[in-house]
Amino acid sequence: MVENRPFGNIVPHVILWIGIAIVAFPVYLAFVGSTHEPSIIANGQMPLWPGGRFLENYYRTIFIGTSGTTREPVGTMLLNSLVMALVIAGGKIFISILSAYAIVYFRFPLRMSMFWIIFITLMLPVEVRIYPTYKVASDLNMLDSYAGLTLPLVASATATLLFRQFFMTVPDELVEASRIDGAGPFRFFFDTLLPLARTNMAALFVILFIYGWNQYLWPLLITTRDDMQTIVIGIKKMIVTSDALTEWQIVMATAMLAMLPPVAVVIGMQKLFVRGLVETEK
Amino acid sequence: MAEVTLKDVKKIYTGGVEAVKGVSFEVPDGHFCVMVGPSGCGKSTLLRMIAGVETVSAGEVRIGERVVNDVEPSERDIAMVFQNYALYPHMRVYDNMAYGLRNRKTPKDEIDKRVREAARILEIEQLLDRKPRALSGGQRQRVAMGRAIVRRPAAFLFDEPLSNLDAKLRITTRVEIKKLQKALGTTSVYVTHDQLEAMTLADMLVVMNAGKVEQIGAPLEVYQKPATTFVATFIGAPAMNLLKMSGAEPALLLGNAGIPPEGAIVGIRPEDLELVAAGTKPSEAIALPLTVAAVERVGPESFVYGTLDRGDPIIVRTPGTQAPAPGERAAAIANRANLHVFSADGQRRI
Repeated sequence: MVENRPFGNIVPHVILWIGIAIVAFPVYLAFVGSTHEPSIIANGQMPLWPGGRFLENYYRTIFIGTSGTTREPVGTMLLNSLVMALVIAGGKIFISILSAYAIVYFRFPLRMSMFWIIFITLMLPVEVRIYPTYKVASDLNMLDSYAGLTLPLVASATATLLFRQFFMTVPDELVEASRIDGAGPFRFFFDTLLPLARTNMAALFVILFIYGWNQYLWPLLITTRDDMQTIVIGIKKMIVTSDALTEWQIVMATAMLAMLPPVAVVIGMQKLFVRGLVETEK
Repeated sequence: MAEVTLKDVKKIYTGGVEAVKGVSFEVPDGHFCVMVGPSGCGKSTLLRMIAGVETVSAGEVRIGERVVNDVEPSERDIAMVFQNYALYPHMRVYDNMAYGLRNRKTPKDEIDKRVREAARILEIEQLLDRKPRALSGGQRQRVAMGRAIVRRPAAFLFDEPLSNLDAKLRITTRVEIKKLQKALGTTSVYVTHDQLEAMTLADMLVVMNAGKVEQIGAPLEVYQKPATTFVATFIGAPAMNLLKMSGAEPALLLGNAGIPPEGAIVGIRPEDLELVAAGTKPSEAIALPLTVAAVERVGPESFVYGTLDRGDPIIVRTPGTQAPAPGERAAAIANRANLHVFSADGQRRI
């Protein structure tokens, strides 16, 4: 719908700005909180303008951490979260693109049964199978390790399904042309299928990176050592519910830092992300 | 350079559907063979079996001296042009053409030489750095041809390569394919459902119907002496008029012996008929009285649709200047020599 009404545009803009304000204000407050002295928030006064301790607070957060509950520099937590999110996103894409390739392009016994078994695991997220998964991970000595943090989350039925649907839209003639051109299964996969799936992979990476970054329950169970905890867990642990004083300026700074990588990934891959969701290039 | 030989080739899909029911023929070296038939007649399946992208259920496919039933498509020394061209969308035109050679470990300078030569022949030199997305339908078609040429295969296989082009481009490309094939002298097998394309391109025409070969021969031979009523109506446009006749009728009409008493089907091409005033009785020709139902005037010629007095519909081709009004009485006359007589079941020419 293309309309050109100078005043008609004001109403939608007002609504949009109100929406943006509602979403952005808490983030702004967190930022403001992360730039003040601890005593100000502790006294119950929440200023509306940034204070002057930006550098000091963020330096302390990244390299030292809170003095009380977590004792771990947030830099380490950031690194843990980053490793976890990257390995989960990368691993999920790697495994599901391979299984989708096998299911779509190869004829082997029980092919469809395999597909349905993968499909059914959609109904078994970590929360449902948490006890057996924990048992397996601990039996394999994977507690407090990156492997334990990532491997149990790395298989993805959703991504497999997505790639399968994409592969099925690739014209059969392209496969045949490849065969006539002398490309075996490996060459076809790397020379034709992967470049075509590039935008899909990017879209999926964005979604899965955020999924991995936001993991809470599983890291909470599998990590006990302070130097293995992720930033999402770290924030929670910093907020003291007992009598001790919560160092709010550090909590707020941590929250800001925890938001940055997902935002960076979304902004950086926005173009590919949108193309991957709407465009088919065949 | 090689001949392509099919020996009792069958394709039976799981579930028992027989798409190709035993086809045998040989395309001599350097010949242009066109397989033509309505959709679903098995012609594409047959071509795909020659290419090796479909397995052969029974029989033998030979390219040159070699039986290739179990040979990978890339080892068969063939190149194929697909209906939708099947260009690699993410590769430049140059890479599209070079891809097959690279997989074959052809030296780089040799690849470059062949790609540029093919591009020159097909006049797509200025497109080499583009992606297929940025090309028009006709240009994509050329690239698909180029991809086949650079391989210098023993045989070209074409799967309805012109059906995605507009009518005008189809005619010019058709002529170019023919010229190119003659210049290269490569054995070619071409599949189409368009009888005009088939007639103009083929050295050797294979008419197929329902998984079987109806007739094989030079295009004109097939046109002049169709072996069955199916071929008679499929080749030639508008289709041949078929009149079912029982008992003594054909003998009366044709005035010769050899017509079986159980009846026959008599075929007359619209272009072999002439429209004259009602009541004309020429001595050496047969006359069929009719009522004009409709007239299509296409310029150089007109097609008169009429109903014979005995009830059958009939089409007569007349010069563009002659156009009777609907409802008018007239007679269609034809020379006896131009009649085609088929057995009553249409399976045999008499």
